[in-house]
Amino acid sequence: MAQNEHPGDELEMPDASRRHFLKQSSALAALALAPTAAVKAVDTGWDQKIAAAFEQLPLQVTINGTVQNVSIEPRVTLLDLLREQLHLTGTKKGCDHGQCGACTVHVDGQRVNACLTLAMTTEGSNVTTIEGLATNDHGATARLHPMQEAFIKHDGFQCGYCTPGQIMSAVACIREGHADSPEEVREYMSGNICRCGAYANIVEAIMEVKQGGKKV
Amino acid sequence: MTKETKNPSIDRVDGRMKVTGGANYFADFELPSMAYCVLVGSEIARGTISSLDTKKAQGAPGVLGVFTHQNMPPIPGWDAPIGGQADGPPPKPKTEETYRILSSPKILFDGQPIAIVVADTYERATYAASLVKATYAKQASRTDLSKHVAEGIAPGGSGDYSRGKADAHQTAPITLEANYTIPIEVHNPMELHGILAHWTGPDKLMIYAKTQGVNATQNAMAQAFKLDPKNIHVHTEFMGGGFGMGLRTWPQETAVVAIARKIGRPLKLVMNRSQMFTLVGHRPYTVQTIRMGADQTGKLVSINHAATAETARYEDFTEATVNMTKFMYACPNVSTRYRIVRLDRSVPIWMRGPGEATGAFALESAMDEMAHKLNLDPIEFRLRNYTETDPEHNRPYSSKNLREAYEKGADAIGWNNRKPQPGSLREGNWLIGYGMSTGVFNAFRWEASARALLKADGSLTVQSAVTDIGPGTGTALTMIAHNVLGVPVEKIKVEYGDTSLPKAPSQGGSAIVSAVGSAVFDACTAIKQALIELAVKDGSSLAGRQADELTLANGILSVEKEPGKKLTVSELMQVNKLTVIDRTKESKAGPDHQKYSMYSFSVHFVQVRVNPLTGVVRVAKAVSVADSGRIISPKTAASQMIGGVAGGIGMALTEEAVIDHRFGRFVNNNFADYHVAVHADVPAIETIMIDKPDPIINPMGAKGMGEIALIGFAGAVANAVFNATGQRVRDLPITPDKVMQKLV
Repeated sequence: MAQNEHPGDELEMPDASRRHFLKQSSALAALALAPTAAVKAVDTGWDQKIAAAFEQLPLQVTINGTVQNVSIEPRVTLLDLLREQLHLTGTKKGCDHGQCGACTVHVDGQRVNACLTLAMTTEGSNVTTIEGLATNDHGATARLHPMQEAFIKHDGFQCGYCTPGQIMSAVACIREGHADSPEEVREYMSGNICRCGAYANIVEAIMEVKQGGKKV
Repeated sequence: MTKETKNPSIDRVDGRMKVTGGANYFADFELPSMAYCVLVGSEIARGTISSLDTKKAQGAPGVLGVFTHQNMPPIPGWDAPIGGQADGPPPKPKTEETYRILSSPKILFDGQPIAIVVADTYERATYAASLVKATYAKQASRTDLSKHVAEGIAPGGSGDYSRGKADAHQTAPITLEANYTIPIEVHNPMELHGILAHWTGPDKLMIYAKTQGVNATQNAMAQAFKLDPKNIHVHTEFMGGGFGMGLRTWPQETAVVAIARKIGRPLKLVMNRSQMFTLVGHRPYTVQTIRMGADQTGKLVSINHAATAETARYEDFTEATVNMTKFMYACPNVSTRYRIVRLDRSVPIWMRGPGEATGAFALESAMDEMAHKLNLDPIEFRLRNYTETDPEHNRPYSSKNLREAYEKGADAIGWNNRKPQPGSLREGNWLIGYGMSTGVFNAFRWEASARALLKADGSLTVQSAVTDIGPGTGTALTMIAHNVLGVPVEKIKVEYGDTSLPKAPSQGGSAIVSAVGSAVFDACTAIKQALIELAVKDGSSLAGRQADELTLANGILSVEKEPGKKLTVSELMQVNKLTVIDRTKESKAGPDHQKYSMYSFSVHFVQVRVNPLTGVVRVAKAVSVADSGRIISPKTAASQMIGGVAGGIGMALTEEAVIDHRFGRFVNNNFADYHVAVHADVPAIETIMIDKPDPIINPMGAKGMGEIALIGFAGAVANAVFNATGQRVRDLPITPDKVMQKLV
């Protein structure tokens, strides 16, 4: 395969973090080349400290309007960052493979599967989760988004587990202009599985919001 | 309101929690210094672990422990004499093997956990798990039921059934013999299975579980750890679907609890999707043969129904696959036979509709085939063999309105557009077909308890340990309490899914509205009686009235024949210096239940479109009719029914877990390759409720509907495909290759 077929392969990093990255990489490589030192490090628990120091990278991302400065391993997905570190557990894990849509959130307005998104790639982005959809954000007193209202009215859920992902996807589906007919909604919502089978009600809810003309 | 009145539709009471992300499922709880578990699965289906290298994993950053059969902490309750069950001691008929997780190097199925890795973060545990390496002494495995049907054994419990003449089939004027196959189907609720275990003291355990019954989990853990159940607190307020897989405590849950005790930190296990195919049960691969005889008048002469299903070598799983055949139709000669084959597979468990859905596919396909042979409309054939009494037990049904269900469903789907001659309807490039099928499931009423607390401010709290896995149990209980006490729905709070609340059965078998609903009904009725007694006693403004003259609605007691004469509940409670009236009731079926057969019934109608060039089948219209007594919560009940349709479309057209039998391993254990129905597969659905109260089963007149929503649906699709194309597909799912094979 010709090299120019991969235009996106080049790392795009600000200079500072590129230097930081290279420094860490060479230190790790040096460690790897010295097996006795490495074994010793394991014995004394130094590996833990080294790992903790080397494996964490800084990330700044705005989530539901709040700027978050966190330090994370580069292998952490957006989904696990939200759930395990920021305790925004409204976003659900259903497969970890981008096959079910339960983890759908908005990154800069686009719906994405948070399980397929490395958290580090959201540097500087705006992320909206189900917790950020209702205005005011504070539990029972918050005013619901029209899509949330419509899901309640049309009973667009049963167990409720896929619901945050369905709602985030539904909002994006309308914004994308893919909600002009029930058939179109079914097509563009097919990445969000509902095992309880609330599909018919979900489509009704989306069509009502779309036809109601309220801003989503 | 009484059971003679239809109920209004209300919104799901936990709807707001579910649309805002505020509903907490087990994995959403956070505990101090919680660590993470990851399971490592075997790479063979049968054999023995020869070597297990855990050193690299042990040394990986953040790892707190790697547990295998060599160092697994003991599970004291499992040291008792060994029975067949992996999660408790009850001895069952002897099985070939015993499965105790991480207790021996023996491998009984592919994906069996060989190690549990614990680390301080999920990422570190996942990485360390990838470093565990095993070698095996592999033995030849058997995982293909279709090759071993002849080896079926009769399970313990109910035996073969027969009434009338065994050989009636041979002399029947018109006969049919056909084999039907159901593949392995997997529950695959959206929520991944797992557990969050926290030892809050040396003998005190808090568990956030994914279970359909918190009391069942509590008991299983009490047995495993030899603890007083009172010391075990289980919480499952929200469960992201179960469909049966949460009806037992799985071995890996118990293992995590044992390891949490050893490590001294709360532990969280969230399994991955592929593990959902092997470690939490499935609908077993089942082959069935139906032999049916009828006479020229369209009367059934005989039905023989034989089924053989797979199970594990370490546990005999059985279900009621052949039961419907025994009582559904008026037929003098009926026999059934049920066998299981022990394979190198993990154990199955009931999956929505369970065996009855498997059996209904065969029976209702055969009914359609016979109707065609007789040149009769399939509904007419069923009506000619309709029975008003249960021919298996020779007793009346507590209620049965199936004729009305056939009629209403037929009207709604436009059954009169159906052409008896297959392949005769076309719309553009598509062949059109209509099909129908009946579903039936026991209407149970198990023992349950509930507590109700009425406060002086007029608010009511209802409590029961029952879980709400999605059907809307909380909403139905709210409506029942509202109907008894007249408290406005918005002033009723239902608390459930926790072992600190009154005991309730596991959510399964379509029994919860009947069981727990009756307990709520009784507890609220007790409060109402207490209020009325206070209202008519000396000194009260309603003193001297008869108890039955009073009515209670919206927090006001009034006397019908004295307009204007009123007493509010809050006044009454204040006068009597009461801040709360608190009643707990246990409720169960009465002796009357023995005199009746109690079933919920459903009828499914579908219109399919079949593309003759590609073999693609689309369900274009679906109508499902429920005859399940009084409908308590119309909105959530309708959702149950449309959910059955979506599940049924998957069962009929796409769902099949495929094993590569050379390795005994699944090849499609993920959502990209195991196809459950998605939005694009499911049309708008019409649900029809007969909504007539059952006079016997419980004070609400309500029967269950979770199972009947699915039971029979796949048969309706198969029958519609036949009507569209003239091709009969008897092995599910009805994929394009099977349709094409027969079309070309």
